[in-house]
Amino acid sequence: MTMLDPEVSAKYEIVVGLEIHCQLLTNTKIYAADANRFGEAPNTNISPITLGHPGTLPKLNKKVVDYAIKMGLACGCEISRENSFERKNYFYPDLPKGYQLTQDKAPICVGGGLEVLPKGAAEKVYVPLNRIHFEEDAGKSIHSETEDVTLVDLNRAGTPLIEIVTEPAIHSAAEAGAFLTDVRQIVRYLEICDGNMEEGSMRCDANISVRKYGAPLGKKTEVKNMNSIRNVQRAIDHEVERQIILIEAGEEVISETRTFDANTGTTAAMRTKEELNDYRYFPDPDLSPLFVSEEWIEGIRTEMPPLPADLVQKFTQEYGLPAYDAGVLTETKEMALFFDAVCQQTQNRKAASNWMMGPIKSFLNEQGGDIKNFSLSVDQFVGLIELVDAGKVNFSIASKEIFPRLVADKAATAESIAKAQNLLQDSSEDTIRPIAEAVLAEMPDKVTAFKKGKKGLIGMFIGQVVKKSGGKADPKKAGAILQELLA
Amino acid sequence: MQQGEVQIFTGSPLGVLFLWHVFNFLALKKFNNLTEIQSEISAGALNCEALVKYYLKNIEQQKELNAFLEVYQEEALQEANRIDQKLKDGTAGRLAGMVVALKDVLCHEGHELSCSSKMLKGFQSQFTAPAVQRLLAEDAIVIGRVACDEFAMGSSNENSAFGPVRNAADLNKVPGGSSGGSAVAVQADCCLLSLGSDTGGSVRQPAAFTGTIGFKPTYSRISRYGLVAYASSFDTIGIISRSIEDNALVLEIIAGYEEQDSTVSREEVPAYSTQLLEEGRVKKIGLIRETMESEGLNEEVKAKTLEKIDALKAQGHQVETVEFSLLDYILPTYYILTTAEASSNLSRYDGVKFGYRSPNGTDLESMYKKSRSEGFGEEVKRRIMLGTFVLSASYYDAYYTKAQKVRRLVKDQVDQLLSEFDFLLMPTTPTTAFAIGEHSEDPLEMYLADIYTVLANVCGLPAISIPNGEDKDGMPIGLQIVGGAFKEADLYAFSKKLLPA
Repeated sequence: MTMLDPEVSAKYEIVVGLEIHCQLLTNTKIYAADANRFGEAPNTNISPITLGHPGTLPKLNKKVVDYAIKMGLACGCEISRENSFERKNYFYPDLPKGYQLTQDKAPICVGGGLEVLPKGAAEKVYVPLNRIHFEEDAGKSIHSETEDVTLVDLNRAGTPLIEIVTEPAIHSAAEAGAFLTDVRQIVRYLEICDGNMEEGSMRCDANISVRKYGAPLGKKTEVKNMNSIRNVQRAIDHEVERQIILIEAGEEVISETRTFDANTGTTAAMRTKEELNDYRYFPDPDLSPLFVSEEWIEGIRTEMPPLPADLVQKFTQEYGLPAYDAGVLTETKEMALFFDAVCQQTQNRKAASNWMMGPIKSFLNEQGGDIKNFSLSVDQFVGLIELVDAGKVNFSIASKEIFPRLVADKAATAESIAKAQNLLQDSSEDTIRPIAEAVLAEMPDKVTAFKKGKKGLIGMFIGQVVKKSGGKADPKKAGAILQELLA
Repeated sequence: MQQGEVQIFTGSPLGVLFLWHVFNFLALKKFNNLTEIQSEISAGALNCEALVKYYLKNIEQQKELNAFLEVYQEEALQEANRIDQKLKDGTAGRLAGMVVALKDVLCHEGHELSCSSKMLKGFQSQFTAPAVQRLLAEDAIVIGRVACDEFAMGSSNENSAFGPVRNAADLNKVPGGSSGGSAVAVQADCCLLSLGSDTGGSVRQPAAFTGTIGFKPTYSRISRYGLVAYASSFDTIGIISRSIEDNALVLEIIAGYEEQDSTVSREEVPAYSTQLLEEGRVKKIGLIRETMESEGLNEEVKAKTLEKIDALKAQGHQVETVEFSLLDYILPTYYILTTAEASSNLSRYDGVKFGYRSPNGTDLESMYKKSRSEGFGEEVKRRIMLGTFVLSASYYDAYYTKAQKVRRLVKDQVDQLLSEFDFLLMPTTPTTAFAIGEHSEDPLEMYLADIYTVLANVCGLPAISIPNGEDKDGMPIGLQIVGGAFKEADLYAFSKKLLPA
């Protein structure tokens, strides 16, 4: 593909709408009591209901409604009091009933939206939602690479999904990426979906079109098969470029479904046959309309966890942290709540933040662990911060020597480790003065230089004293003694 | 049985036992209700084993009726023995002594469920419908699975993949449909009672054609779980019996809330069987003018209906003729909505997971097309295509949406009538049973057989067909009474009074 002149692409507005499917973490399926579990032997969680046996009827799992309402409240949607269920009819081997039970005319959540900050942007943009509805997932068709067969695993059939549909109001790949990142973060905060795009528990289709500014909407293509947020952005970038090149060449964009190839970063048309489906939506007569009461919604509202945006606000405004810190600290709910608990016990929040973003994060990364199973207690952590604040150990010793031991021993405190390991800083004149004298004696050149005006060397002298003391010398005290000796 | 053979055994205790059975066997006559059976059992003159053998013999001797697709001979006898023991122990359920047949659209664990279709031939259900389960829990004995129109679509039972069922009153005539096998099984004394399903008259119309009692309860009165769906917003399980008492007792047992059907009513189930003694209040009965003036209404059927009306008037009941302008729209509304639902309900029969798969498919699409073309019969395919058409994007509003609106109008108008009248009364069918093959060329003519029965399904109301004499050829005539929603008890009590004591 030829490269596009930036001046040409600048004439075009990008219009993207996203459809995000999230598999819900309920114990059972949406319309049957089968276990809703990922990764089991094929075709094991399949009752006659899941298989669509004659005579079976769906029975709605109310947890699915709870989860959809949670997401709706998190996105500021209006929650529908009266819900209907529709059948979307089509034939496919992994769709046992020959129709998918979904919501068409009266979805559970209407409107709403999220304010997101695209990477590199100075200001937030608002992405409005059209709706959130719930529906059932289909099974999995596995096309064999070695044999001319397709295998069907129906374990996934009937897995509850919510589909989050945005308005066509996203105007760049970066906006789409920021929106997806926030959605993933929210579903994880709400614990309704694990948000894992690689495993397909969160999936995204993008409706992409371009138009010259002020012109009517262009023809859109629907791009599927992107298994990461990055790939969604790549697909948008590619598709936008492809469409602009077509239009510039006087050709037409064909409204079609395209599939993204992560290896090449390009999209290709899917068989047009699949485009000719008339889904013949109509109200499902097996499920009565669902009425959601005010009490139901209020019950869920009171159970809502704090959301990332609320916590960012709290961390910046109440705790006075930089926006960057707040962003990192709220990446996961567990991290944010741990940090918040720490902040209840210490006023040195910036120190706590530095600890979280530095040693704690790298420790977790190295261990491949999760803060969920982090063994450090809030009290231990606060003790560690206080030990440094009190000047009893320096940060370096605390992070290198005390922290690893503290993590390994639930019963220990930072102070008990410092004592046991003989790490407490020594600020006594008697200990530090001889060391300082020895350091200066070893470096007459530097002393001369200092005396000639290179006052910056004081830091180096202090460092040497601390080093010689095995890290125990209090740098402040060492500095004072050195100044005195050098005067 | 040769007399000489019997004598051989008379000397031994085994021979005495054998003779006792032979005696009972020979003594058995047609039982008209469960009370008769249960009183003979308590008197020691009958047991379930003998009763089951009696029905097995009747089935065997009338094979030409083609009502039974499968007879559970051994299982029924085993059950009979088990229940006989329970009777001795005093632990038997309320339906001990009731032998029933099940329409081939009701799920019965470990038993074939073919919907009288090649599509499901050999398919075994993995669970039992709650309605059937409730019968079994009260010690009813299932004697077999009876034929119907394929997937319950039809009015003559000619649409069965396993051959037409014949009317026991005249083997050349149809028994009606779709629950034709259920009706004939009761008519021909092959069981005491049967379950069918009623989507547009499929229990009442065959009941009328066979001189039995056919009851369709209010929509949602009985759980539909385990009833193979034809048109979900119309389908009900229905009951065909010889007596009102049995019918009421069975409804009492199988009706009511059940958690697997989210459309089933939570309305309390009255003890129908003990509420059959009607208080003497004068009833207001509406007679829909359009039904009596309908062009297709046979003179003899009309005359019998009018006779009944005169009798009612003579008893002091008020019978009034009322207008019902929407009658002509009911049948089209019914066919648009039921076929729409059916086209979707029957999508699951695709050859992938169970049921018939054509050996002629070469790829996925041709496997679908061939499996469905070869597995379904003509009428089922006709309705699937009709339903697919009315749901298609370009016609949805013109047909499906409009039919939904008409359904609402019809329901409002009928509800209005039923706020003024206790019952609506009309013939069950415009004619008596017609000859096999008579309407098979013209589906529209066949659809007219349901013209009076679809009303109750469109409105979700309870309705009953009771015998109302015979025509000059001896073919039964049915009378239909439609009641208000959940007024089953009134309907039973009133019907009982209309039947000869």
